[in-house]
Amino acid sequence: MAYPIELILSRQLAECLDMPVFLTDTVGNLLFYNEPAEDILGKRYEDTGEMAVSEWGTIFKNKDDEGNPIPPEELPLVKTLMNRLPYHKTFWIESLQGTKERISVTSYPIIGRAATFLGAIAIFWRSSE
Amino acid sequence: MNITLWGVRGSIPTTSPNTKQYGGNTSCVEVDADGWLLVLDAGSGIQGLNSSPNVRNSRIDILLTHLHMDHIQGLGFFGPLFNPACEIHIWGPAGNSQSLRGRLGRYFSPPLFPVYFRNLTCKLILHEIGKTIFNVGPFAIQSDYVIHPGPTVGFRIQHQRGVFTYIPDHEFALGCDLNKVKDRRWLSASELAAGADLLVHDAQYTSEEYEAKQGWGHSSMDDTIQFARVNEVKRLLLSHHDPAHSDEQLSSIQNMLKEKNKISVAFEMAVEGSTIEL
Repeated sequence: MAYPIELILSRQLAECLDMPVFLTDTVGNLLFYNEPAEDILGKRYEDTGEMAVSEWGTIFKNKDDEGNPIPPEELPLVKTLMNRLPYHKTFWIESLQGTKERISVTSYPIIGRAATFLGAIAIFWRSSE
Repeated sequence: MNITLWGVRGSIPTTSPNTKQYGGNTSCVEVDADGWLLVLDAGSGIQGLNSSPNVRNSRIDILLTHLHMDHIQGLGFFGPLFNPACEIHIWGPAGNSQSLRGRLGRYFSPPLFPVYFRNLTCKLILHEIGKTIFNVGPFAIQSDYVIHPGPTVGFRIQHQRGVFTYIPDHEFALGCDLNKVKDRRWLSASELAAGADLLVHDAQYTSEEYEAKQGWGHSSMDDTIQFARVNEVKRLLLSHHDPAHSDEQLSSIQNMLKEKNKISVAFEMAVEGSTIEL
């Protein structure tokens, strides 16, 4: 079954962008991530293909400025998938290798024709602070 | 199933001695089988269809890929619309705000056209479609949105004699490197085209022309040949010819493409007035 045209176009846009973009389905399975996102994820889309939410959701530990863990329900992408609204938040991510990075995440839902909810986009802005 | 091409020119009708071989009328294809008639798009080519014996059917189904002018400009000149004994079904893509009737009504009204929609005397039934599966007589039809500005669909028409796919306006390669797409689910319209016996597809530009016209909604001939190959199409007709391409140019381009694509899908330029039997 082919993907809806809205998801195909979202992927094609992401492939043209020089900022990390993650594209998920309606429950958070990672359908696509572009080359800049590969750098953050530490994986290549070519190698992993699509990733289940249980798999890619554990690649980072998410922490606030004080180093406290951020519960999943407070993360922008999770909130977007739950509420079908856009969200933005700045926080720290720590990879399994212990690398820490401060990032901002903007997420928004993909609402296609006939108001069909098709998935979400998360854009990671790498903070220079 | 007989497929007759009444219009294969893109964008605007071209009437010139230089476009007589491939034809100058805009998109319109007749599909008939078992006494049923489908009309795919209503460009200026629909005038030729008026002389077909099939227009005497008591029911005719017009399938519109989209409502750009070159795909509907012949609608007001289609005789059966003014025949009270004829039942006409128009299937067209649903939009985000205006209804199909509202959008078609903009064409069927002054100053674009002197006759209002409400003045058509046939029995008219409109159907809004998107990713839809529907049946018309012996045809099982699948429509789906494709990449082109504004709501646009393509059609996969299945009959017991074969599968015909019609996607006259389509820029699947927009922002997409075909060589990188390993999974056909990510290729616009692949589900419509997969394994088709015949594909009529947009191929308005040469690769060089496409460079300057990305985002205009149309495909290059090279990309379309690759699209057909990836989707294992058996026969491809390159259509929606650029109005600036003369017969001489189209023949020359076709020869060049055949030279470049010796081991590939069977393809040729679509020719107005030709009939393909599946």
